[in-house]
Amino acid sequence: MTAEKILTRNFGRADSHTLRAYLETGGYTAWQKAQALESAALTEEVKQSNLRGLGGAGFPTGTKWAFIPKNHTGPVYLVINADEGEPGTFKDRYLLEREPHALIEGMLIAARAIRSATGFVYVRGEYVEPWRRFSAAVREAYDDGYLGQGFDVVVHRGAGAYICGEETGLISSLEGKKGWPKVKPPFPAIKGAFGMPTIVNNVETICHVPHIINRGAAWFAGLGTKTQGGTRIFSVSGRVRKPGIYEASVSITLRELIDDLAGGVTGNGRLKAVVPGGSSAAILRFDEIDVTMDVDGLRNAGTMAGSAGVIVMDETVSIPEALMVVARFYAHESCGQCTPCRESTGWIYKMTKRIVEGHGRKDDLDKILDVARRGAGTTICAFYDGAVGPYISYIEKFRAEFEALIPK
Amino acid sequence: MTVATIAFTTDQLAEVRRLRSLYPDPRGALLPVLHMAQDAFGHISLPVEEYVAGLFNLSPAHVHEVVTFYTLFFREPRGRHVVAVCHNLSCHLAGAPEIVARLKARLGIEVGETTEDGKITLQSVECLCACEHAPMMQVDDRYELGLTPEKVDRILEGLR
Repeated sequence: MTAEKILTRNFGRADSHTLRAYLETGGYTAWQKAQALESAALTEEVKQSNLRGLGGAGFPTGTKWAFIPKNHTGPVYLVINADEGEPGTFKDRYLLEREPHALIEGMLIAARAIRSATGFVYVRGEYVEPWRRFSAAVREAYDDGYLGQGFDVVVHRGAGAYICGEETGLISSLEGKKGWPKVKPPFPAIKGAFGMPTIVNNVETICHVPHIINRGAAWFAGLGTKTQGGTRIFSVSGRVRKPGIYEASVSITLRELIDDLAGGVTGNGRLKAVVPGGSSAAILRFDEIDVTMDVDGLRNAGTMAGSAGVIVMDETVSIPEALMVVARFYAHESCGQCTPCRESTGWIYKMTKRIVEGHGRKDDLDKILDVARRGAGTTICAFYDGAVGPYISYIEKFRAEFEALIPK
Repeated sequence: MTVATIAFTTDQLAEVRRLRSLYPDPRGALLPVLHMAQDAFGHISLPVEEYVAGLFNLSPAHVHEVVTFYTLFFREPRGRHVVAVCHNLSCHLAGAPEIVARLKARLGIEVGETTEDGKITLQSVECLCACEHAPMMQVDDRYELGLTPEKVDRILEGLR
């Protein structure tokens, strides 16, 4: 299970963020190789590797790249989503700070594949140190001629809004607007940033690309499951002995991740529940953790791999209180564009709060479930569907705990 | 203190031009320029919104809509330091409520307020994505990790 480290292989070096350290460990050799390959061949290699998007949606990366219209003659943009914000996730922070040149090299290759001359990296506003580190790496890459020879990178700072992690919300924000998601279709690959075909990829996804080009699609595919290649970085927090990032094959089980890598459960030592893929993923009970952490494994378990943010809760944690905290987040971060999301997130937070405070009403639980189910799938973006995951799963899996708090 | 004129310096205006040139539509530079404006003028008042709107040929209403959408833009004067405690799930599980309580008690203010001497603004915010070091908070540009009430006291004492 302790698979070979790929993305995090240099994290032990204090200077891993520098160009020198990156070159010493084989940096930019994939880019050399890629320049001899046609764009279609690069896309095909990534397709064959079974690389899936690691920001949340798990969409096959090569397939996404292939959506750029072949007959388009104007600009194409590559946008990197470094707006990390999914509660429980902190992997992209590490990559920006400690392996920024892998992102730049991955962008060069991706840009060649989609025929883009300009890349934007959208870094969340709160990430000041990651933004400085990554910007310094971009300057190094310009000074040494990796950038500025047909491909330019603009580092863009966000200003605090979870919804800008949603790809069309991010595009709105990049265009100088509030981060309202856009109706799809048209998908960004057809009409994205500034009205042009655009590919939006997560930081970690793109950091994998140089390794795929260097070592081959078959190697990468072989690291994972049948439908998802590679390793990914799991962010583990909550009630575990060793919270932190762990790079492992996507075929690792949740139990192995918690017990073997993160050192096991703290609190009273007995597991109650786990959030497997960031707060928008449905919660799993203690007896549901023998699942593999790949996109399809977790989908089959009724939840999602999401951003691989794992939050562990032992028996002493109050699930209603946890839901209240999560519901507060969705109420605060709803962008307000679609009525079902704007209204439901606010009301559901109020209801969970009054339940926790001992003023819950008899029909509150059924009302939350009803409102959650009715709204799902009715909004422009996936934000509300993400909120529905926890609303429904926390209540359905721990209903007795909620009922115990509601006055008879 | 006299009210400062709301205008960028020549150097800052050159930076605005450089930022605008980076985007296919210059409006893409609005967020970066608003960050600059906040650094230059302390907070983004309505007159600052109008000034920035003028630089972009945008309506003040558009800029207002943007400024009010994002949490990092301050529309009122803020303290010399902004202390933003994460209250999301991982930090909550690690004792964020106690950290918030300690800060409120030490500073004598509620969340969202600024101390009377104008030194510190206290905020309670959503996930800052450093959950492996929960509970944590952001003090200006810096992440402060693995907080305890005692560590909070030391951090506050270090702020000038």
